[in-house]
Amino acid sequence: MRCEFADSLLQGYFDGELNAPSAAAFERHLQHCIACATELVDLDLLRDRLQLAQLYEPATAALRQKINADLHPIAPLTAASQPLLWQWLAAAAALLFVAVVLGRVSPGLHSDDYQAELAGEIVDAHVRSLRSGPITEIASGDERIVKGWFDAKLKFAIPVRDFANEGFALKGGRLDVMEGRSVAVLVYERNGRPINVFIWPSREPDTSARTGSRQGFQWVDWRKGKTEFCAVSDADRVDLEQLHHLINSSA
Amino acid sequence: MSELDLEDRLRFEQLVLPHVDAAFNFARWLLRSRPDAEDVAQEALLRACRFFRSFHGGDARAWLLQIVRNTCYSWLEKNRPMEQSMEFDEELHLQACVTPETLAMAGDDRKCLILALETLPPRFREVLVLRELEGCSYKEIAAITSIPIGTVMSSLSRARRQLHSALANSCHKEKEVVREV
Repeated sequence: MRCEFADSLLQGYFDGELNAPSAAAFERHLQHCIACATELVDLDLLRDRLQLAQLYEPATAALRQKINADLHPIAPLTAASQPLLWQWLAAAAALLFVAVVLGRVSPGLHSDDYQAELAGEIVDAHVRSLRSGPITEIASGDERIVKGWFDAKLKFAIPVRDFANEGFALKGGRLDVMEGRSVAVLVYERNGRPINVFIWPSREPDTSARTGSRQGFQWVDWRKGKTEFCAVSDADRVDLEQLHHLINSSA
Repeated sequence: MSELDLEDRLRFEQLVLPHVDAAFNFARWLLRSRPDAEDVAQEALLRACRFFRSFHGGDARAWLLQIVRNTCYSWLEKNRPMEQSMEFDEELHLQACVTPETLAMAGDDRKCLILALETLPPRFREVLVLRELEGCSYKEIAAITSIPIGTVMSSLSRARRQLHSALANSCHKEKEVVREV
């Protein structure tokens, strides 16, 4: 039996990555959770085994020589040709770098898997927001204040609306990082439960809502007007779909 | 490398070159091949040298390993495109590579571990190698792989679970059989 609740806390505890209060909380949990205690022993055994096997493979002398030769070329280029060549190489490297970055961002053929993976990341970010620290960096139900806060921090504009009358009260917002990009997160509350709406710019065409669930959380993802939205919560999916319609009709 | 002036070159040698082992080891596990890792590590070091002016202090190892990772994934895309599409299907990947037979054939525990680690999907393998072999913190792993810390934690959890079950299902059984005989 695995203890789902403590799973990622357990990894953090094992790796010594928890702060003191979280570690203390986990130790309290550990006193009466056999599943976690067992898994901790297993993790220890696995680490010992990996260490014992000496799997680290250092660079060979031949590689070091090659690298040194690269660093100290025997026949340097003539002074006149150097800057031009290096400018070209630098430009090529920059292009390559951009290609790599774009390759990561655009999903290509694997859009379904990519979306599932992305949803996974978003759910992780949602869970993280519930666990650690305040869920909002700007805590306000005032559309203009929240919008102003985001406008000052983001390079893209996002629609900020309060739907308190419809039962979705705006609580504020924060910034998060998804795949290395800054994303905006609007926080709503529905019947006492927080809903995170992740928002980032997109080049893809508009889509209708796609839904899914992961780790007991529901997510609804859609694109409208060069913007992608993904709402996550443990609230009912119907609630998320209602919020999707509210946001879409106001955007 | 002559585009760096003497001062930059000395800085590069002091800050980046001590991490050549880390670069090679990371490439070796990402590519699962020593000869390919040599080529790619060398290329990554060249790139690092070219980009060195964009390095503004901080963690030189994480900075280098980020470049090694990008170089490895570009290389894989170009040279082993099939492998790249495999990584999205963990189940298929495992089925295709780890069977009790292949693991049993591996023999001693070190070979067994190498095989089990090599058959993990790349996203899991990289976090595990960075954590267990390179001793990186979650923050460093997040910087190297450009994934959020929460995802680092959940990837590590899944990686360890998969490694553990791959080992438990195959190697231990094999050992028991050997003992009984």
